[in-house]
Amino acid sequence: MSKTHLELTGVDMSFDTPKGEFLALDNINLKIKKGEFVSLIGHSGCGKSTVLNIVAGLLQASKGGCVLDGHEVNSPGPERAVVFQHHALMPWLTVYENVELAVQQVFRKTMSKQERRDWINHNLELVNMTHAASKRPGEISGGMAQRVGIARALAMKPSVLLMDEPFGALDALTRAHLQDSLMDIQKDLNNTVIMITHDVDEAVLLSDRIIMMTNGPAATVGEDLRIDLPRPRNRVELADDPTYVHYRQEVLKFLYEKQRKLETIAPRRAAQAAEETSEKTEEAKAARA
Amino acid sequence: MNTLTTTSSPEQSTWLKSLPSRINDVEWGQATKQLLLPILGILIFLAFWHLTAPRIDTSLGAFPGPTQVWEQGGQLWQEHVNQRERADKFITMQEERNARILAKNPDAEVRIRDYPGAPTFIDQIGTSMITVLAGFVLATLIAVPLGIVFGLNKHFQAAVNPLIQVFKPVSPLAWLPLVTMVVSATYVSDDPMFEKSFLTSMITVTLCSLWPTLINTSVGVAAVSPDLVNVSRVLRLPFLTHVRKVVLPSSVPMIFTGLRVSLGIAWMVLIAAEMLAQSPGLGKFVWDEFQNGSSQSLSRIMVAVLTIGFIGFLLDRAMQVIQKKVAWNE
Repeated sequence: MSKTHLELTGVDMSFDTPKGEFLALDNINLKIKKGEFVSLIGHSGCGKSTVLNIVAGLLQASKGGCVLDGHEVNSPGPERAVVFQHHALMPWLTVYENVELAVQQVFRKTMSKQERRDWINHNLELVNMTHAASKRPGEISGGMAQRVGIARALAMKPSVLLMDEPFGALDALTRAHLQDSLMDIQKDLNNTVIMITHDVDEAVLLSDRIIMMTNGPAATVGEDLRIDLPRPRNRVELADDPTYVHYRQEVLKFLYEKQRKLETIAPRRAAQAAEETSEKTEEAKAARA
Repeated sequence: MNTLTTTSSPEQSTWLKSLPSRINDVEWGQATKQLLLPILGILIFLAFWHLTAPRIDTSLGAFPGPTQVWEQGGQLWQEHVNQRERADKFITMQEERNARILAKNPDAEVRIRDYPGAPTFIDQIGTSMITVLAGFVLATLIAVPLGIVFGLNKHFQAAVNPLIQVFKPVSPLAWLPLVTMVVSATYVSDDPMFEKSFLTSMITVTLCSLWPTLINTSVGVAAVSPDLVNVSRVLRLPFLTHVRKVVLPSSVPMIFTGLRVSLGIAWMVLIAAEMLAQSPGLGKFVWDEFQNGSSQSLSRIMVAVLTIGFIGFLLDRAMQVIQKKVAWNE
């Protein structure tokens, strides 16, 4: 259980831009155990998605790398299934066919036709979407489509489930509902999950660990917070729980004090702000050291 | 005043009773918009045509009005029916004669000849339809796969883009002599499957009509949502499966928009090509009538013009129906 399942070592990511090289990620190191639910949180533009895409294999790190179960990751694959922010369902396929496309591809050789059919239905049941199996994504709500996106990812039997702001595009009530569903599913399947979020409550409620990222450019892991709250967790009960409030406070402090981001319109002031924050990062680093 | 109010109340009650029929009025209003107004438009056009046509004098007499054109339409149909009867008679006579010859001498070689009469207006319509569909199908078979390749590969697209931009605006009339020469030079066969004139018209149609489909397909393919491409990558779909299951369905709406434009162009180009090349078809009919220069020629050309327009309209409608069946966004 304590063995490292997924490991990122010295990951740098730089992009070529017309103005020269842009260093997005600087020396990311991360070890994740099997069955751990890890959230990546940080301000927009800090490279959370880049980290996730590197684990997914959709992007190649410029330096360093990612190892899953002793194998280096250098291309995408169904063992690292991704749940996208905007469901990414094929609009011309029905809900069932969308999951089928994944199951067909991943288990073509290992499952019989009947087994595959049962497996698709099982996953749709898991997210409570059996009733809409024959509908197209355009005919169901955003929250429902996101459920199907999760069902499709789970149907690949991934060893790591990667979620890129999975509930970011949903309204607050739907989001809460889906978070509860996800906790239920997670209780049974005990998947390793990496989830990107910018929602502090979501991160504390769902995660075993929260990785807080510093502001870009040259973003890196700022703080690593372990959430020791017993499961199952109940959002209403936790709202007054002192430990929960404390964790929440920690994340808020990091985001709005240590890594405060100034959104300015004037580029000069933006540059200044960036300098300030990078100074603060240095200070924070120095303080920790 | 008193009398007024007393008389108005029963009126009001009848108004209330007639409420359901008023809702029908709304439906009726929609029917008016969909059916009555177009008919009105056509009637006004016919009236305008009827009134102005006799005032335009040409060397072949006054410009034909709707009545003359209608008469000529009936005339052309009658000619077609008569021609068919003669052709049937010719065939039966030929068969009878051959049967007699064979009865006398079973080893005799019998000649079977086609009816030598000139093609009628209706035959020309058939020829044009077959030619345009053949040219359009060939254009589609070339443009869609090429468009997919261009759309998937940015380098390739950059390389061919100037060629597309240059060839796209070329008029069919410019292609025609070249196509004619190339077809005559290369398509040499003792027992040709197709007429040379058919090939020339068809290839000209193909060359002119493949561009919209090609461009729309490549744009549609290049615009496949990056999220969907990532899903395909995570699933490790093999290249051809990726094209078949993700790229193609995703670009179907764009492809169909292109196909509809292409078919419209194909039909316009065909008529021009037939006129210029004297290949059988509606274009040749128009040209022959023009050269013929009888007092009925203008009416007959006008029949052809209306027919061409109506067929173009039907072709587009047919594509629309197919699009509704195939495209997921309809």
